[in-house]
Amino acid sequence: MINITVNGQHHEVDADPNMPLLWVIRDILGLTGTKYGCGAAQCGACTIHLNGEAVRSCVTKLNRAAGQRIVTIEGLSANNDHPLQLAWNELNVPQCGYCQSGQIMSGAILLRENSNPSDQDIDDAMSGNICRCGTYQRIRAAIHKAAAMQTEGAKL
Amino acid sequence: MKKLIVIILLASVTGMVTLSFRPETVKTDKYLISPKDSVGSVKAFMSVYTVLKSARCMNCHPAGDSPLQGDDSHIHTMNVKRGADGKGLYSVRCSNCHQAENTAGLHMPPGNPKWGLPPANMRMVFQGRTPRQLALQLLDPKQNGGRTKAQLIEHMAHDDLVGWAWHPGDGRTLPPMSRPAFAAQVRLWIAKGGYAPSAKAK
Repeated sequence: MINITVNGQHHEVDADPNMPLLWVIRDILGLTGTKYGCGAAQCGACTIHLNGEAVRSCVTKLNRAAGQRIVTIEGLSANNDHPLQLAWNELNVPQCGYCQSGQIMSGAILLRENSNPSDQDIDDAMSGNICRCGTYQRIRAAIHKAAAMQTEGAKL
Repeated sequence: MKKLIVIILLASVTGMVTLSFRPETVKTDKYLISPKDSVGSVKAFMSVYTVLKSARCMNCHPAGDSPLQGDDSHIHTMNVKRGADGKGLYSVRCSNCHQAENTAGLHMPPGNPKWGLPPANMRMVFQGRTPRQLALQLLDPKQNGGRTKAQLIEHMAHDDLVGWAWHPGDGRTLPPMSRPAFAAQVRLWIAKGGYAPSAKAK
């Protein structure tokens, strides 16, 4: 049994320690918001937060997460009201939507560390998340919007 | 006669006290000290240089702020940047993809617990350095991470991340000589005087 905490909930997982964390999250815990894209850490669709870092769960083994804290897209906010989620909704960012949970999880790390990112900062943080629909311009706009919302929220 | 005995006694006591306070010999050298030999030293460094310029070493010692990839040392995909600590930026941190060990399979992320570039304030660039420039850089504690010559040898011979170059995972070529042979050439380079090649050396 391997203990992990996912979105604040404790789980004891009976699985091979070498199983990709993505399989555990999707197939054992049933949290299917995190997507399988390439399986080679090349696309970013499987991005989750492991102890506050945007790791790629397709190449991260379960044993790396033992005793650690995981957050998936389902746990990013209590009511889908993270500034990025609100901005994503407002600007209709997704097209097919497959990569978007990974995009938002990566964007969340950027906004946590840089409350007012420039276009260059966004490029630096987001270039590892591929979108085959090419929604990059809307992703960029939504991150700027979320940053503004976050700053406004902090003032209230 | 008595005076002589007292003097001898005093001398032996002083000698013993002095000897007892003699600092222990510091064992720093695990290599043979050879007499200085600039030709031999430079020859050894040129062997070291072939390893440092190989893709497995140079790809993480780039001239710019992006790591390199592959045997052709192309710029790392995904716009990966060094960051202040050499471990990446924001959601593009090295360990987000690179695990503590190589991920199995062709073109899968290689790994090591210390995966990363040198930090921004100590960039330790190999790419584009001539043999002379690289030798001088490696010997300068202000440019080599504050290492003494002994620490430099230790780093080259035993550091785990340096050692990854000889266990790089599927599809990656190895440096041009084995690690023990490389470490031996580093020791020889330093032992023979740590000379830098001439500016003409390539």
